[in-house]
Parts: sequence; structure tokens; C-alpha cells
Amino acid sequence: MEVRVRIQRYNPEVDEKPHWEEYTVEVEPTDRVIDALHQIKWFQDGTLAVRRSCLHGICGSDAMLINGRNRLACKTLVRDLGKVITVAPLRGFRVIKDLVVDMEPFFRKYRSVMPYLVNDERPPARERLQSPEERARFDDTTKCILCAACTTACPSFWADSRYVGPAAIVQAHRFIFDSRDQAWRERLQILNENTGVWRCRNIFNCVEACPRDINVNKAIAEVRQALITGSRGIEEPE
Amino acid sequence: MKQRAALRTAPSLRDTLSYRGGVGQWAWLLHRLSGLGVLLFLVLHVLDIFLASFGPEVFNKLLFLYHSWIFRPFIVLLVFGVLYHALNGLRLVIVDFWPAANVYQKPMWVGATIVSLVVTLITIAAFFWEG
Repeated sequence: MEVRVRIQRYNPEVDEKPHWEEYTVEVEPTDRVIDALHQIKWFQDGTLAVRRSCLHGICGSDAMLINGRNRLACKTLVRDLGKVITVAPLRGFRVIKDLVVDMEPFFRKYRSVMPYLVNDERPPARERLQSPEERARFDDTTKCILCAACTTACPSFWADSRYVGPAAIVQAHRFIFDSRDQAWRERLQILNENTGVWRCRNIFNCVEACPRDINVNKAIAEVRQALITGSRGIEEPE
Repeated sequence: MKQRAALRTAPSLRDTLSYRGGVGQWAWLLHRLSGLGVLLFLVLHVLDIFLASFGPEVFNKLLFLYHSWIFRPFIVLLVFGVLYHALNGLRLVIVDFWPAANVYQKPMWVGATIVSLVVTLITIAAFFWEG
């Protein structure tokens, strides 16, 4: 099938502001948006800048605004979009070129929530054991691939880029509710600041945008509850 | 080649409105608008109650405003605004305090909106019935 792909282009070396360019490509209905972008870059216009890596929806590098919604270009089929596909870079980040945005502020926020296991006790000979129930407590938030689709779909983040954003909260949730972790109180304090979880207005754009189907809003609400009750609902060792 | 200044990164209101979010995005926008509308009426209401301190004549003179036909659409909007803001507010409270219930946020929004609309329609009917 033939589709028209409208792409928001911007080259900071020559353009004053972004503009739209249209390309016509021949694709299979089961092709993905990234396949159409490859066709354009490889055979029509080599100057198109697009970022992707694994092409299988797990590296999180090709999130972009496709037909008005944040999606992964490697996980969105052409047949689900119709004859005209519009592609733009993620909103709220500085555009480096075309569809490539500067993700550094995003990763800075990710690092700010201490996204790693903190446990100062001597590790046992084999591993720090955990029951299946304890593991299930944070299963949903382990699925995050840091693609930024949720954060850049969030009106609270658009309004104020200091907001830590849904992705960083999801990452914090993954460790706060891990029974082996000892720094959950510190993480909660970080998210209790005025750039933290209280900025969420339950708009649900994050949930709709997540390509991994994480219930982002639930994770944020659980962090807020932990802050209100001062407990993460896990029996703490003395 | 000269490097241009960094582009404005903050999305505009137009960007916000053109994003195809789900029900939640429109629920939030309407919640904000209804909140502002109710606040506006509250200011007006404080003002008219304040005029009562100048005696019943002044106050009664002002009341004609609320009974005029020009003002009625605003009364109807006010009824909808208060109801929607209250009921959608309940939806947000439920989502906040029972995180697992958020999978029902869409039907809850539909429910809140339908109840608000039905009561608003009844208000309009009451106006016509009253004449």
C-alpha cells in the first residue's frame, strides 16, 4: 500500500524553525512506522535524522509523536494509522535534529531517584532471596524501557519541565516496593519535593502512551500512598 | 556554520490541545475549566452578598440580573460546572486512594459526565416550566 508520511524536520544549522516535509512510500500494511522511515532515509532523503537501535520495542530509543500520540516507531503498524502518517519528535525536549531529541534532562531525572538497589548488608552466599509475592509487588514497573513516551505525553511535564515525570516515578516505584531495598525512605523524600509525585493530576496520558502497558498512574498513586502513610506496606526488619 | 539558538522546548496550549490523549486528558481539561468557571461565579456571588449590606433595595435591584433570560445560560453552565467538578473530583479521589480502581477511570468519567448532563437538562426544563 502507498502511504504519505509527513515528518516534522528541523536542522538547527539552517532552519529558523521546524517545518513539515512529505514523502510517499510503498509499504506492506504489516510494516512498522520505522520501516517507512528507513525507506525514506535509505532511498529518498539521507538527511533525515532518526534514532533507533534494537527495532524490537525493547531499547526505547524510537519513541516519537505518531499521528498525535506518543508511540514507538518500531511497534506501531502502518495499517493501524491509515493513509497519512504524521511523525514529529517528542514534546518538551530540545530537538537536536529532525526526530532526534536531547534526552539528557530525562536521564538526569531518572538518576535523581536512585534507580538501583541499595542494601548495605553483607550479601548471602548465593542471592538475596525474595518470595514470589514480594517480587510481584513491583513486577509492573520492572517493564519500563525508559523511552520517555509517558513523560513527554504528560501535560504537567509540559507545563513545568522541572517535574520529575512519570518515567522517573515508575523507576523509583520499582525499587521503593522491592523488599530487598533499604533506601526507599530516601527515594520517597525525593519524590515528596514540589517537583515530585504531587504534580501528577491523574490525566492518564502516561498510561495511554506506555508501549509496555505499565499502569503508570497506579505506580504514582502507590508512591503517594506510601508518602501519606509513611509505610510501603512491607514488613520492615528492625 | 552558525549554530542557531536552542528551540523553545515547552509545548504550547495548541500542542496540548492537539495531543490525542485519552478520555483522561479531556476530563482534566474540563475539570480545570469548570473549576475556573465556578470560581468566577463565586467572586460574583461574594460581590452580590456584599451589596446586601447596603440594604434590601440595592440587593433586590441586583437580583434581577439572575432572573433575566440573558443570565440563564450562565446559570445552566454553573449547574453543569459545579456538578461536573464535584463528580469528576470524586473520580480523582477514588483513583488517588484506591490505585487499583484506576482501571475503571473511563467508565467513572462517563458516569460523572452523564449525571452532570442529565441534571443540567432537568435545570433547563425547570426554567421553561417556570417560564
